Amino acid sequence: MNSRRQKRLWSVLSIVILVAGAIGAMLYALQQNINLFYTPTQLVEGIGKDKIRPEIGQRLRIGGLVVEGSVQRDPESLLVRFDLVDTGPIVTVEYEGILPDLFREGQGIVAQGHLVNERLIRATEVLAKHDEEYMPAEVAKALMGIEHVPPSQQTSYGSEGSY
Amino acid sequence: MFKWLHPLAKPEILYHFCGRLLPWLMGSAVLTLLFGNIWGLAFSPPDYQQFDTVRIIYIHVPSALLSMATYTIMAIAAFTALVWQIKVVQWAVLAIAPIGAVFTAIALLTGMAWGKPMWGTWWEWDARLTSELILLFLYLGVIALAGAFSDRQTGTKVACLLALVGFVNVPIIHFSVEWWNTLHQGASITKFDKPSVHPSMLWPLLISLLGFYLLMLALFCVRLRTAILQNEQHRPWVKSALGGQ
Repeated sequence: MNSRRQKRLWSVLSIVILVAGAIGAMLYALQQNINLFYTPTQLVEGIGKDKIRPEIGQRLRIGGLVVEGSVQRDPESLLVRFDLVDTGPIVTVEYEGILPDLFREGQGIVAQGHLVNERLIRATEVLAKHDEEYMPAEVAKALMGIEHVPPSQQTSYGSEGSY
Repeated sequence: MFKWLHPLAKPEILYHFCGRLLPWLMGSAVLTLLFGNIWGLAFSPPDYQQFDTVRIIYIHVPSALLSMATYTIMAIAAFTALVWQIKVVQWAVLAIAPIGAVFTAIALLTGMAWGKPMWGTWWEWDARLTSELILLFLYLGVIALAGAFSDRQTGTKVACLLALVGFVNVPIIHFSVEWWNTLHQGASITKFDKPSVHPSMLWPLLISLLGFYLLMLALFCVRLRTAILQNEQHRPWVKSALGGQ
């Protein structure tokens, strides 16, 4: 390699390393802003060393698993109330509106709304998460004992007794 | 070590080399894409919780992976072009950028079409979706920068630098679902563990992925040949290669 090429190699490499370092530092500093949602543990116990907790009334997103048996529907309206959990504390979400098809007990969801009190969120939007496991229905039934009925074949809500 | 590559740096030889590869690449791309997609879209089983909506995976995952693979090739080419200043490699950077941009656009659009029925939203500013959108802007930026200077040589160099620096985004896209809380789920096949897709859906997916790779290489050959002809149009070998037209 001649010296002009070597010079170009070093200048190009140093530009790349500097830019990568700058972006890495930025992403590290903004870590909490890039997270899409709080988990119930983060909401209740706070984040990081300083245990920073969101304030009452703050708009935020909360993400967790819907606790089995916690979904309560108001028979008169679209109001629904359910609990979310990740590894420890449980928080409650209230939502009035249509839930996504994937919403069910045990499913991961992300809700956007504002914090009413320490453990209650009034949501304006509920989104369903799904995991990276894909398999046919028969395999899911054999492996995990899950039986899901396609929306088109559901007779009425509550056909499985859960919602 | 790279001695065998040296002749390919000559535009004339590379033009004919790509010309010989092209029919094989295009033929196998069409066959594998037809086979993989028909298997995936019509014959693979529906998912246990997403039912038929999961079939978008056979387009979405290959195009998303290809958007990053294409960028990686472009970044390596840009690095080579900047340090060794080989003309055909500079043309290769500009030839491959629009291909990657289209794969990125397909990944974003099919992702939105998948997100609406499953998540309940077309778009959410989560880390995976946002970094993939930035990838599209990087591609468009490379294309735009190359044409933004009255001196073509300067434009190409600046575009190469952006292509190379923008590579930082590729690992960010890949690891975004691990580093941050996101709406997007984790990786299914690009991980060291066993793929978390059942074999009856994994095989059509992998065949579609191979088809997308071959298609990208075939399109790259076409665009690189065109770029060589445009840049060398006054050379005598072009006239004889095109049959004296």
